[in-house]
Amino acid sequence: MAANSSAQLSAGDVEDIVARHPEVFRNRPWKRYRAPLAILAVALYSVYCWSFFGIGKVLQDGNWDIAGNYLADWISYEVRPDFEIEPDGAILLEWPRFSPLGANPDPDWIVTSTATMERRRVEEGVTASGTAADKTANSFMVPDAMGTTPQAAAPSGGTSSFSFMAPDAATGGGADADAAVPGEPQTVVEEVITQASVTLGAGNLIEIAPTRVVVTRGTESVAVRLGPGELVTVEGDLPEWAQQKRAGRKVLAYFGFNGRAEIDYDGVKVRHRFIGWENFVFDANSPFWGKSAGEVFGLIVSGERIDPDRSNLSLAWNNILYNADWQHLDVWTKLLQTIVMAFVGTLFAGIVAFPLAFLAARNITRSRIVNQINKRFFDFLRSVDMLIWALFFTRAFGPGPLAGMSAIFFTDTGTLGKLYAEALENIDDKQREGVRSVGASPASVQRFGVLPQVLPVFASQALYFWESNTRSATIIGAVGAGGIGLKLWEAMRTNQDWENVAYMVFLILAVVFLFDGISNALRSRLMGGQKR
Amino acid sequence: MSLATFPPAATPGAATPLSAQGALVERHWREQSMRRRIYTVGGLAVLFLALSGSLWFANETNAGKFFDRLPYFFDFFIDLAPRDPMEIWRALFDLPSPYDDGSFKYNYPEGRVYLTESLYVPEYFYKMLETLNIAILSTLIGFTFGFLLCFVAAKNLVRNPWLRGSVRRLMELLRAFPEIVIAGFFVAVLTLGPIPAIIAVSIHTVGSLGKMFFEVVENADMRPDEGLRAVGANWFERVWFAIVPQVAPNFMSYALLRLEINVRASTIIGAVGGGGIGEVLRLSISRGHEAKTLAIILLLFLTIVAVDQFSAWLRKRLVGNQAFEFGR
Repeated sequence: MAANSSAQLSAGDVEDIVARHPEVFRNRPWKRYRAPLAILAVALYSVYCWSFFGIGKVLQDGNWDIAGNYLADWISYEVRPDFEIEPDGAILLEWPRFSPLGANPDPDWIVTSTATMERRRVEEGVTASGTAADKTANSFMVPDAMGTTPQAAAPSGGTSSFSFMAPDAATGGGADADAAVPGEPQTVVEEVITQASVTLGAGNLIEIAPTRVVVTRGTESVAVRLGPGELVTVEGDLPEWAQQKRAGRKVLAYFGFNGRAEIDYDGVKVRHRFIGWENFVFDANSPFWGKSAGEVFGLIVSGERIDPDRSNLSLAWNNILYNADWQHLDVWTKLLQTIVMAFVGTLFAGIVAFPLAFLAARNITRSRIVNQINKRFFDFLRSVDMLIWALFFTRAFGPGPLAGMSAIFFTDTGTLGKLYAEALENIDDKQREGVRSVGASPASVQRFGVLPQVLPVFASQALYFWESNTRSATIIGAVGAGGIGLKLWEAMRTNQDWENVAYMVFLILAVVFLFDGISNALRSRLMGGQKR
Repeated sequence: MSLATFPPAATPGAATPLSAQGALVERHWREQSMRRRIYTVGGLAVLFLALSGSLWFANETNAGKFFDRLPYFFDFFIDLAPRDPMEIWRALFDLPSPYDDGSFKYNYPEGRVYLTESLYVPEYFYKMLETLNIAILSTLIGFTFGFLLCFVAAKNLVRNPWLRGSVRRLMELLRAFPEIVIAGFFVAVLTLGPIPAIIAVSIHTVGSLGKMFFEVVENADMRPDEGLRAVGANWFERVWFAIVPQVAPNFMSYALLRLEINVRASTIIGAVGGGGIGEVLRLSISRGHEAKTLAIILLLFLTIVAVDQFSAWLRKRLVGNQAFEFGR
């Protein structure tokens, strides 16, 4: 512009021109206010949605405390010892049925001191027979089922339970027939825990005595007195990390990621969190459980046969596959189903869409009726949602990958057919003309005039959908169409198995990234440099 | 002319023997075509093996076997036939049914959502509106965050490979993270209903739109940017005045494409606990309510067609014929 100054307009010229054609230079109000209006519309719409879905209320009612726990569960696990304090001062250490530490845990972060104690195991003046009965049932169940009372002395679980039930029967009246012997309250001599201290990570300590629990976190510490009766009293002030929702009731102490403790008059429930996936390779029932990698390797290579019927290698492999906590074999099978669903569905869709697209393209098939029929058919397949196809085929074939595969096949025949037909309609006609001009047959015209132009596009689009279907297959699986979706959904619904969810998500992400890479690499080779 | 001999093959038994140079070229050509053929046949064989293996595996692990189930294939359609075609109509508009026996099957009027004393929205229209709102809202959220992120991921605007790379990885992760897990997590934290679905679909949309957007930005004409840089504009001014006007039509087009996809996605998420039309569809199919099921399918089909047509029309106005661009 500057070089050709003779053609340049002076400021006066510009003004003259503007004065002659004002309508060209004035922004129309619509154009000027387009952006603010759009933003206003979006804002209004958001407000409408906010009230339509009641977003504020739902977010407020959300259980956000537990969200952190669930997230932590993805990469860590909790060990949950319960210390029950009996009225006579004995402490029972109990573990849940499926503790990650196996059947008889003795972790080094719990230190107990025991004493021999003569226990009359009778509650003087049974006032609350209901609670007493509950507790007897509890303490009866556990030693019997798990054998966890460390040094259960003389009487077996059965006898002690008998002596437990007796006073209840005597005072309570309506007793069970088999516990109806109103014998003497038996006195047993047992070695029981009298004191326990639990370390939850560095600097956090819970010291449990029958009437007093001292909780230390770092430099702060607080003592909680248990009793008399059902009273829980805090001595001094509660620090920030502990809370007591109602005076006299249980005290909750939090130790951050390390866990928390719930202190009540009749016991202390400890939740200790450890980072990692527990028992990922072998579950607690496996003979290889708890052994180091070297030990397991040694056992497999040269150890004695654990199971006389098979080698240690096959036993170990079997134990891994059927790990009760992680269900590796099942997860892998379901993942493979998802992959297969996407692969077969997309491949078949491509194969079927290919000839139909030639019929649908108006420059290939010169019949408007045939074009339209095919195009509407594609639209139909696409617009009946993948969900409907999935539900339908789940009914037809039963739950499993066949249903998902067919759903993907039907939907994508529509999508790929539409895309292929569009690609065909956009081809360069010169190549076709050239082949036709040398007298080639119609089939040859398609083969050498059309196909070389569109085949890379076709393959590229099919590959793109292969990758994207791997993701969709996860979702439709949840409605019963096979694959890992349902397993994921079930794992999430229990709210217990977030670590399994994390494992499956990890596998899915690995597969999706892998396929994305393969599909991108193949596509960029097919399309030869050009991006789309 | 047969397919195999086009283009015309070299004739080995031709009268004049080739020169040494010519023979070399011929041999090279033969090797090349041989290798190509081997690759083609090998590739097809691998594909075929993978396909048959997959089919066998799918059939083995399916609850019903393909050939056992085939005779019952159309049972579902037969089951779906309502006792009276008008029932579909009644179910769709919540009109009272003459067959009403108090069961859930015919209680069409119970789902009415009353706006005033007498004016009501039929249940399925309301549910469809809910699903559409999920889709639109999550497209808007996805658009906003994708828009904010995409400029940071574009090579021509951000020179720092670490920043660019981390934003790209983030978007890939958001895109690939299974929607159902996000939905399931928020179902656990919040409650069953549309909000987990909105969050899940939005997060996925941020990833996919962000990826498409930054590719558009990378293909933008950089001359306006140079002009702005010459007059000393800062980064935000350059982006806003040089890049955004160029890419806005493409962005809108991709957002509309994503809206079509999101309508489908929110239906599916709805079926696994996200509320909306997907949930009522799944329930009515599993309970065997024919007329209701057909009414929902009809409504869903018409809505998806309408959304697709509208979006295609708008996209054509915005960016002309390059409307349907998948991939990359």
